[in-house]
Amino acid sequence: MAAKRRTDEMRDRVVLGEFGVRNVHTTDFPGNYPGYEDAWDQRRFEEEFRVDVIREEEGTLEFDMVGIDAAIANAFRRILLAEVPTMAVEKVFVYNNTSIVQDEILAHRLGLIPIRADPRLFEYRNQGDEEGTEIDTLQFQLKIKCSRNPQAAKESSDPNELYFNHKVYSKHMTWVPLGNQTDLFPDADFRPVHDDILIALLRPGQEIDVLMHCVKGIGKDHAKFSPVATASYRLLPDITLLQPVEDEAAELLQKCFSPGVIEIQNIKGKKVARVANARLDTFSREVFRHEGLKNLVRLARVRNHYIFSVESTGILPPDVLVSEAIKILMGKCQRFLNELDSVPME
Amino acid sequence: MQATEMDQPDLQTLPVQADGTDGNCVTFVLHDEDHTLGNSLRYMVMKNPDVEFCGYCITHPSESKINFRIQTRGSLPAVEPFRKGLNDLMGVCQHVLNTFEKSMKEYRAQREEEMQ
Repeated sequence: MAAKRRTDEMRDRVVLGEFGVRNVHTTDFPGNYPGYEDAWDQRRFEEEFRVDVIREEEGTLEFDMVGIDAAIANAFRRILLAEVPTMAVEKVFVYNNTSIVQDEILAHRLGLIPIRADPRLFEYRNQGDEEGTEIDTLQFQLKIKCSRNPQAAKESSDPNELYFNHKVYSKHMTWVPLGNQTDLFPDADFRPVHDDILIALLRPGQEIDVLMHCVKGIGKDHAKFSPVATASYRLLPDITLLQPVEDEAAELLQKCFSPGVIEIQNIKGKKVARVANARLDTFSREVFRHEGLKNLVRLARVRNHYIFSVESTGILPPDVLVSEAIKILMGKCQRFLNELDSVPME
Repeated sequence: MQATEMDQPDLQTLPVQADGTDGNCVTFVLHDEDHTLGNSLRYMVMKNPDVEFCGYCITHPSESKINFRIQTRGSLPAVEPFRKGLNDLMGVCQHVLNTFEKSMKEYRAQREEEMQ
């Protein structure tokens, strides 16, 4: 029984010891454990797999994926960061820039502004195509000139009073439809996601007059194309008390973990510690610093339970991003399957 | 050692045969791929009981291609576990997608109910 418990722990927990982490790698492959059925079984996977959505706010999604392996969960995370396409400013045609911000710095800043445009409506630009067509390019114009306010008070030193248009915001970017884009997207409203991104500061006489081309790209090419502010996952914590912990030790134990993880119950006058909600813990491993406590607790993580947190930049809602990421992984497999079928293997 | 070179310009995989001509041990070169597909495909292929060895490596960090090696037990051609691994991975993704979309729908429906 103890041996089976140990094997089970080896198979489905990652244990955090005082000086290292044990059982990190996936070992449940066929042949490794006698008596365990480890060959891939789609039906068993479908029975055990589940997704629980914990919280959805504007732009952020927290959900759990249970019953999947690290390799695949990580593949989804990597695709969310680097391979889900978006539209971003790529080419900036500078007609006039007399501001203090250099052309290339201005172009770099414009590229990083997230553009509210569904990338699924556009194609990738062909390599070598300099002008761009209406199906792969979005054109924006930023034309702004700063001037002095003649009505300002004589002694005023507040730039908001003294000058007009001295702060260039992303709301000053206007969409210039190319070709038949007005017919293709009749009710589309292409603009930056946020109106209040400060691009540059001007003083009277300075002006910026640029035309921008947005293209579809992926984060692998340049981080400006990444659709997520960040996408990350952590494994579900699993805290077990190996022995009952009472009185002062219980109080100390509660302080060692994040608030809400350990709760103290009053049983027959004595204070007893109990693990209330291990999910809240961030594993600072403070227990290991106390000699009296470190052998009473086992810190582990459940190997196949992933708590994903996806924060979108606002271009696409986070659940759409996760669906797109899964479809992209399917697309990769399909590409190689097509290759296998089309080329005769010798 | 026989290298089967295809001279089609946009071929994505170039199988390089090694260790004899019976096809048990094959190293596939997958272009434009990295750990994203490499590790997940390796996991699916390792779950196949007919596979004796499966591993991948990135030849050089500046080049985006991976060497994906499969060695099979017995006389099964190595392309078969490769194909099965890809199909299984597609199956996993499809199921994950369906489950995720269903969960999102349920969560939103539940939130609608709570708001009313």
